[in-house]
Amino acid sequence: MLEIKNLHVKLEEEDKVILKGVNLTVETGKVHAIMGPNGSGKSTLSYVLSGRDGYEVTDGSALLEGEELLEMEPEERAAAGLFLAFQYPVEIPGVGNMTFLRTALNAQRKARGQDELSAGEFLKVVREKAKTLKIDADMLKRPVNVGFSGGEKKRNEILQMAMLEPKMCILDETDSGLDVDAMRLVADGVNALRDAGRSFLVITHYQRLLDHIKPDVVHIMADGRIIQTGGPELALEVEQNGYADILKAHGLTEAV
Amino acid sequence: MGAAVQKSTLEARLEGLSTTGFAPAARKDALARLVAMGLPGRRDEYWRWTNPADFIAATPVPAQAFDDSDEAPVFEATDRVKLVFVDGVFDADASDDLALAGVEITRLAEAPDLNWASGLYGTLEVAGQTPVARPLAALNTAAATDGLLIRATAKAEKPINLIYIHRSEVSDPILHHVIRLEEGAELTILENGPAGARFNKVMEVDVAKGARFHHVRVQGRDHERRAATAIFARVAEEALFKSFTLTVNGVLTRNECVIDMVGDDAVAHVAGAALGDGASDAFLHDDTVFVTHGAERGESRQVFKKVLKHGAVGTFQGKILVKPGAQKTDGYQISQSLLLDDDSQFLAKPELEIYADDVKCSHGSTTGAIDETALFYLRSRGVPMEEARGLLVLSFLADAIDEIEDEGLRDDIVGRLEAWLNRHRD
Repeated sequence: MLEIKNLHVKLEEEDKVILKGVNLTVETGKVHAIMGPNGSGKSTLSYVLSGRDGYEVTDGSALLEGEELLEMEPEERAAAGLFLAFQYPVEIPGVGNMTFLRTALNAQRKARGQDELSAGEFLKVVREKAKTLKIDADMLKRPVNVGFSGGEKKRNEILQMAMLEPKMCILDETDSGLDVDAMRLVADGVNALRDAGRSFLVITHYQRLLDHIKPDVVHIMADGRIIQTGGPELALEVEQNGYADILKAHGLTEAV
Repeated sequence: MGAAVQKSTLEARLEGLSTTGFAPAARKDALARLVAMGLPGRRDEYWRWTNPADFIAATPVPAQAFDDSDEAPVFEATDRVKLVFVDGVFDADASDDLALAGVEITRLAEAPDLNWASGLYGTLEVAGQTPVARPLAALNTAAATDGLLIRATAKAEKPINLIYIHRSEVSDPILHHVIRLEEGAELTILENGPAGARFNKVMEVDVAKGARFHHVRVQGRDHERRAATAIFARVAEEALFKSFTLTVNGVLTRNECVIDMVGDDAVAHVAGAALGDGASDAFLHDDTVFVTHGAERGESRQVFKKVLKHGAVGTFQGKILVKPGAQKTDGYQISQSLLLDDDSQFLAKPELEIYADDVKCSHGSTTGAIDETALFYLRSRGVPMEEARGLLVLSFLADAIDEIEDEGLRDDIVGRLEAWLNRHRD
């Protein structure tokens, strides 16, 4: 599904190298997790994959089902099936959540050569999906993320994911700022979308989200590289011992 | 110097205008006031950013009528009484009957003694000349050729739509409306159309106790519009005044709004959304607002938003004056611009002048660009660049548009905004 090869990235405006040769392959239908200390480049990886400005790719490639993502505009990546659940979802006053969802969905359908959904069809689908995420009619009507609590914003991200039905979902620290109940709700939403044809890349600091969204593969990222890959037990190890031992084994010290 | 006596600018401007007819005393007075104050110039504080030359020239810059037949007429979906002026001349054939339950409508030109409005014509305009002189409004009172006297005695059955059609390349209409809402009455006035090559319009609105006045106006899409308009409103106890203006395109538009809140618990909101693209023609849009709180517990809001690109210029001069004794006043003013490129310009002068000690007044003014983070968020969801920018422009304008209470009218305005954005993609 997603094949990242030797990805090198620096900041556009300064001479700061953030990713120093990331290699990562996410197979179709699998859930991969990336853990790592602060400043390891996890969020940068998610932004670079989704096409945010401010980064310069100096080497490497990222293929989504064989197509080069790095040459596409953000909206083209979305239409190709990539979705990033933001760590900090953006508030957009004055634009109704429904209008936003419908505009996004129809734009993607159009880009794929599909017919746009009628207002009626759209409403039916959105209501159904919102219900399972405990998103009420009021939240759907309100402006995008405006006045939403941390939990509501993250649920709203998952609702967008459910509506857009991407093939490759990246969750960037979706657990940050969530209490246990909110996290479970979000995890249930994600788990409901797990599917043989859909892959996930779950970026997180902590093991606890992975208790709810069980990964197939766990990667440890540090200093702009994937330094270790293993099964779910690797996340448990980090939870118990922290990153120090793993970093040390790779000749790195923990960033303070 | 030669023997020929040069005419003054004022004499040249007044040439051919009639200052006799209805309301002779008010006109004579207005003319005398105009002579005393003179026409506006660049040195006047309130004309520093907007060159009045085209307004004070003897003749208008010729302007072709704009063909907007590719778009459904604004307000078409609203059941309303249509009153049509063509180049400033009332067109009875194109208009609906002047009959509307709860409302008396009379043409100014057909009411020499002005009926109920005899003590009102020019009165609010005169009051609005202090402390800031507004010569173009005095010119209007002195030389208006027509207009409507509209008096609501109850809740009007439907809105009245004043439609100003522009046909002649050299038309130079001066229209003056006097609107009075009696106690407890309710009325909505809709306005649209360019009216002429150059347009000078004054609307005096007297809102009596507990009455509710709504005004929604659309200016555009005529590129060559040169319009100077002024609203003078008096808002009595527990009365409500709400005015919203959408302006798109236009070489030169000056909209003044002077509101005097004379009764306790009065509410006055005035809002505007302006979109200018200087690519095809110049665009200058000027909102000049003056709200006076003269009684207790008044609530006023000024919400002005401008979206500017390709060298378009927007200006805002807004003032809140709280008189002594106007305690518990709640005054709010915001003026914001969204600059879509580096060539455009927004000039703002927010002013507060407060002589009461127990009031809440706030004002803010911002100039910014499209929020890149929000733009990326939308694009990451598959919304193409231009559509995403459009959504963010609507997002920026939302506070102003929300000042329109009627949902149907609001949707109408949003639809026109979307159409404008689609036509003006880069």
